Amino acid sequence: MAKRIESVNAFVVKFANVNGSGSASANELFAKAILRMGVPVSPRNIFPSNIQGLPTWYEVRVSESGWLGRRGGVDLMVAMNPQTWDQDVKEVDTGGYLFYDNTKPLPQTRFRDDINVIGLPLTEICNQAYTDPRQRQLFKNIIYIGALSALLDMDAGAIAELIGEQYRGKETLLKPNLHALQLGRSYALEHLECPLGIRVKKADNVGDKIFIDGNAAAALGCVYGGATVCAWYPITPSSSLAEAFQKYCAKLRVDKDTGKNRYAIVQGEDELASVGIAVGAGWNGARAFTATSGPGISLMQEFIGLAYFAEIPLVIIDVQRGGPSTGMPTRTQQSDVLTCAYASHGDTKHVLLFPEDPAECFEMAAQALDLAERLQTPVFVMTDLDIGMNQRLCKPFVWDDSRAYDRGKVMTAEMLDAGKEFGRYLDVDGDGVPFRTYPGTHPSKGGYFTRGTSKNAYAIYSEQGEDYEANMQRLLKKFETAKKLVPKPLLSASKEPARFGAIYYGSTSPAMAEALDALSRQGIFVNAVRVRSFPFQDEIFDFVVSHSKVFVIEQNRDAQLKTLLVNDAGINPASLISVLHYDGTPITARFITKEITQVVAALNVRPLKKDKAA
Amino acid sequence: MTYLAKPKLHHPTLPKNKAGFTRRDYEGKVSTLCAGCGHDSISAALIQAFWELDILPHRVAKLSGIGCSSKTPDYFLGNSHGFNTVHGRMPSVLTGANLANRELIYLGVSGDGDSASIGLGQFAHVMRRGVNMTYILENNGVYGLTKGQFSATADKGSKAKRGQVNAEEPVDTVSLALIMGASFVARSFSGDKKQLVPLVKAAIAHQGAAFIDVISPCVAFNNHAGSTKSYEYVREHNEAVNRLDFWPTREAITVDYAEGDVISVPQHDGSIIRLRKTHPEYDPIDKVKALEYVAQHAAKGEVVTGLLYLHSDSEDLHAHLNTVETPFNRLSEKELCPGAGMLEKINAALR
Repeated sequence: MAKRIESVNAFVVKFANVNGSGSASANELFAKAILRMGVPVSPRNIFPSNIQGLPTWYEVRVSESGWLGRRGGVDLMVAMNPQTWDQDVKEVDTGGYLFYDNTKPLPQTRFRDDINVIGLPLTEICNQAYTDPRQRQLFKNIIYIGALSALLDMDAGAIAELIGEQYRGKETLLKPNLHALQLGRSYALEHLECPLGIRVKKADNVGDKIFIDGNAAAALGCVYGGATVCAWYPITPSSSLAEAFQKYCAKLRVDKDTGKNRYAIVQGEDELASVGIAVGAGWNGARAFTATSGPGISLMQEFIGLAYFAEIPLVIIDVQRGGPSTGMPTRTQQSDVLTCAYASHGDTKHVLLFPEDPAECFEMAAQALDLAERLQTPVFVMTDLDIGMNQRLCKPFVWDDSRAYDRGKVMTAEMLDAGKEFGRYLDVDGDGVPFRTYPGTHPSKGGYFTRGTSKNAYAIYSEQGEDYEANMQRLLKKFETAKKLVPKPLLSASKEPARFGAIYYGSTSPAMAEALDALSRQGIFVNAVRVRSFPFQDEIFDFVVSHSKVFVIEQNRDAQLKTLLVNDAGINPASLISVLHYDGTPITARFITKEITQVVAALNVRPLKKDKAA
Repeated sequence: MTYLAKPKLHHPTLPKNKAGFTRRDYEGKVSTLCAGCGHDSISAALIQAFWELDILPHRVAKLSGIGCSSKTPDYFLGNSHGFNTVHGRMPSVLTGANLANRELIYLGVSGDGDSASIGLGQFAHVMRRGVNMTYILENNGVYGLTKGQFSATADKGSKAKRGQVNAEEPVDTVSLALIMGASFVARSFSGDKKQLVPLVKAAIAHQGAAFIDVISPCVAFNNHAGSTKSYEYVREHNEAVNRLDFWPTREAITVDYAEGDVISVPQHDGSIIRLRKTHPEYDPIDKVKALEYVAQHAAKGEVVTGLLYLHSDSEDLHAHLNTVETPFNRLSEKELCPGAGMLEKINAALR
């Protein structure tokens, strides 16, 4: 008899399914039901670049402590895909559980002795209950959720409530779903030993948090931030962002009196057209954005340079995936940092924002629209597949109704008539940001010709070296101004004095928080800074120099943020140690903890706790 | 190229249009193109057309790509905003600009390299989308700024200045515009201002994507014997299917022609296009026949000019997208931000 993992409200369930089998909504139902029980969960889709037939996984981490990073390891495998059976069985932690459809018997050799096997004749139950093949497939998913609810001691009421909300007003769908749920639950209660060693117990740790994916959150941020033009080209993992923008706009941006839209969404013929449309709209005074991923960023390079040099507001949301080339289109990475920071030919630098979760995707998308107009430059929101396409528990969205959009320095016809001097590229107040006029402002003043070629402060074509240099220097000054406007880094100080520091950003955040906690329990104390933007503020430099070694945790191969820190913040590379995770899966606390522990051991540093004990 | 800057002072007796501007007010900087360049004649035709239409110069946004042709927006409508964008990508930038403010008049200027080679995709898609614009393609069959390479509109068998013969099939931008859904398609010749000015006026008045391919000889690299884009060749092979008169809104038609030769087509804004047929069998309302006619005559080495196709009830991108009348760039947080109360409801639905 295998040992049994015993754990309440802290375990990982992984569903192995076939893409296109309708499992996604059933699995989401499972995750949400646990949330309704007041227990935080963090689900992740691990999916192929495929429509139908290939394997797909849904991994749910249940954590009463609220750790939302990927944990690693599997306590319960719901093995619904024969194609990946061997791999799935292998992945279960010793003492863990394997749930499978035992309608057809499998030879003993296909199992393991050190895990607990739970068989349930899913196909048989379905075949008895349903005649329609499609129903057999769809309800099979709900039946296993019903069985799991019994095995994990879940509140069946919470699931029924969620099904009720999903099919409100659709009685014909509601009843059979509830019935299927009950079929699975009753069978498990009757025939299986319930509950397992792992189980869910009601708690109160969800509070007022919301559960949403980062792409939808960023789209909503664009609605709140006043974007009226969205131009995009379909690309995983960013497509659902533009689609969410469409959905929210249809609800929130239609003039009630006329039925007309206060938004325009254009699916471009490619990423070049998409960014071009956004640039044109920004030039003409509308707030515009495009959403894309790495290959799209590569295609947009020339336009990004134009927007930088001609100083046109532009927001690009980059939902990063595994590169280079087509790379791993359905896997996560933070590998576009450098390509975005220095996008386009010539000397360029761009403002980057790094949201950690959907709440910040919302905030930073809205903020990016302000920053782009204030600074008259491209602003990148650097999210990734892990935050973008997975629902994540996060703080509720907040908006202050007194907040006005920052439209930046726009010279109006009144200002021109009052005799204000207009030079499109003239720095009038020392912050490096000039005034602009919208096309069509004034019959005789304020018109200018926008170009990607060099020009003087009055937008007149110029190949004079001094004009060019003065302009390039002003752009640097503008980048300094950006430092004061972009979100500050956030410090989390260790509870004991620490020699080590850690720098991290974006979706690494939840795994990092958990790793810091685990490390401190081992007596390794690390102060951490979460970088939220580029250009880097002085606080980051100060943080590095006040620690003997600083770990830089990233989800890419080439230590891209570290390169940027060395290159742009003047940080000594010898003081930085990279911790890099780039296999396409989201980084885990276990990985970070292990890497840092090893380095600390190699540096011969004895943990503080042991010192004290001695 | 003219080296003498024109004096800024206008002669007091210069005639003014109904908007109160002289023709000089529609001019721009001094051209830096070669003396005799067809593109400068097109700029002059544009100046004439905008002046005659009494359009407030600053209410025009002129956008272009990269190349000789794309430099020209600096040489007319000097008080208008212009945007010299990226090679081959004027259409997307213009589309975005148009979405941001539907009240301005949008003029796109491009060349054959810009539109038929690097920008073929954007050219085709802007026609498909029905962006309300006038798209002028200044077509000389050659790359000027990079000194004489064939462009994609160079005819098969035509000869370059240095003697090479073009072996590749040409892109016929007029046929492409027709297929892609442009609702106004014309071809003209930079050397025929009488034909070009009314065509430009009608294109500006047209609601939707209006395309004019203007054969515009390059005096430096493509005006020799063996070229099919030279002044001499185009003059000899020009087959004008019609002559156009454009009558602005509410203006009495003062010229009359014998009935039967003339088609009157009222436009969205009340203006009227009158077509005097020079080829009685040509019907500019029939797209399929227009395609056939252009192809047949191209095979004979003829350059068909005139208004080749007109769909006067066309809708533009704003109509397709059902956008509000107020330009987006005038909408504020009041109209755009759903507010904290709505956000609380959204939060509640995400729990």
